[in-house]
Amino acid sequence: METAKNHFLSDMGVMLGRSMRHIFRSMDTIITVCITPIALMLLFVYVFGGAIQADTDNYVNYLLPGILLIAIASGISYTAYRLFLDKQRGIIERFHSMPIARSAVLWGHVLTSVVSNVITVVIIVLVALAMGFRSSAGILPWLAVAGILVLFTLALTWVAAIAGLSAKSVEGASAFSYPLLFLPFISSAFVPTDSMPRVVRAFAENQPVTSIVEAIRALLSGQPVGHDIWVALAWCVGIMLAAYLFAMRAYKKRA
Amino acid sequence: MSIATTKSIQVKGLRKSYKQHQVLKGVDFEVEKGSIFALLGSNGAGKTTVVKILATLLKQDGGTAVVNGFDVASKPDGVRQSISLTGQFAAVDEVLTGRENLVMLAKLRHLPHPRQVADDMLKRFGLTEAADRRASTYSGGMRRRLDIALSLVGKPQIVFLDEPTTGLDPESRIEVWKIVKELADGGTTIFLTTQYLEEAEQLADRIAILHEGRIIASGTLSELKKLFPQAKVEYVEKQPSLEEIFLAIVGKKEAI
Ligand SMILES: Nc1ncnc2c1ncn2[C@@H]1O[C@H](COP(=O)(O)OP(=O)(O)OP(=O)(O)O)[C@@H](O)[C@H]1O
Ligand SMILES: [Mg+2]
Repeated sequence: METAKNHFLSDMGVMLGRSMRHIFRSMDTIITVCITPIALMLLFVYVFGGAIQADTDNYVNYLLPGILLIAIASGISYTAYRLFLDKQRGIIERFHSMPIARSAVLWGHVLTSVVSNVITVVIIVLVALAMGFRSSAGILPWLAVAGILVLFTLALTWVAAIAGLSAKSVEGASAFSYPLLFLPFISSAFVPTDSMPRVVRAFAENQPVTSIVEAIRALLSGQPVGHDIWVALAWCVGIMLAAYLFAMRAYKKRA
Repeated sequence: MSIATTKSIQVKGLRKSYKQHQVLKGVDFEVEKGSIFALLGSNGAGKTTVVKILATLLKQDGGTAVVNGFDVASKPDGVRQSISLTGQFAAVDEVLTGRENLVMLAKLRHLPHPRQVADDMLKRFGLTEAADRRASTYSGGMRRRLDIALSLVGKPQIVFLDEPTTGLDPESRIEVWKIVKELADGGTTIFLTTQYLEEAEQLADRIAILHEGRIIASGTLSELKKLFPQAKVEYVEKQPSLEEIFLAIVGKKEAI
């Protein structure tokens, strides 16, 4: 019947409205997501900052891209958590027994994840500004940065969806994000990779976070971006597509 | 396309296994339009499995199920237009208020006046006072009432209730029974599952007993009572309760 498909957008709007209420009624989750990255930023700038040799004179500028990625990586664990609860409490089943577009339920969660991470990112950028972050970038580079961050969020959100849909417990649904949180530490997010031992350095330079961090850093400081941005985009899109396919499979099978 | 019939639900030879575990081994039954049908079975008998297949949430391995003239396997959208499901565990959004839950469902059913629909439902289910409180603050009985109210938004023709009164106190149970009877009086077909024989006895026009993957007995309460072998030889004039019939039938099967 075509009705289910015709209503996809309005159904998804209802789903989005629902999860946004969830977010604004549990502001503590946004605060929790913001606190760790902000604490890391304070720690690195005011405690380790003096001892770290980065290429920029302003260490907050150097640090911010990595901090934002950490914030997003921890933010998406709430997406997995919300999805898991919906599945466990039979809410997804209720929706699926109704004549609504099935994927609207999942896309509602995905959009919610994007919106809540945008809020987090804005908060952290404001804190960074207060700590001395400055950017000479114009509107286009900023839009490019926003685009990369949204893509990165989408990519990790679909990874989170796999976790949320296949987890057997609340802990399982959110634990998957811990390894993701480590990636920025073994990248150029905090210190340049040339100071690292060879094996670590090889890993650091070839994992997604480094290219994303480098691309964002270059955009914000008005430097030429080089091929980093294409590597970054390829990583984001690649992860997103692979995770999307697996998540959809888990969704069809389990929910 | 709907096949003209007086049957709301027709199930033939329904089979379902989870891995090696064969849960349904050929289930047959029919539900008349506008009647209350109770599927009775003990824990793990497969009641929820039947409901999920009929509500298009689960695919059967074999056999056919037709709901409101739509085959569940080939016309799931038609089925979903015709039914509503109240699952075994109340599926309400606890972060939202009762009213918001109802408005959301009304929007998802694409009804023209969602707020009005919500107000009416709140009144009908005695939740007006609690309407603007989060559902997480509701008692078990209120939550179940909200859950059922959510299912009835948009006036579905066939309502599935999977153990609607499990975990409720006697008072809330009687309230739910009242709601179910009113619904049936209004012409809605009700399919309910229960472990409580008394519930089936109280509500159902027809009862089917699911045991070890098959319907081992079905009929009206009086038809089932005839199956009770000792009834005629008993001295004291005592009607067997459904519980006794159930145990007698189950015991007989197991003896074979
Ligand atoms: N997803 C599943 N995977 C494996 N086994 C399952 C699954 N769902 C149900 N089962 C098994 O199938 C059998 C029937 O389950 P079902 O939930 O349909 O029973 P039920 O009659 O509703 O029981 P209850 O009264 O406890 O709700 C049980 O033995 C159960 O363990
Ligand atoms: Mg059950």
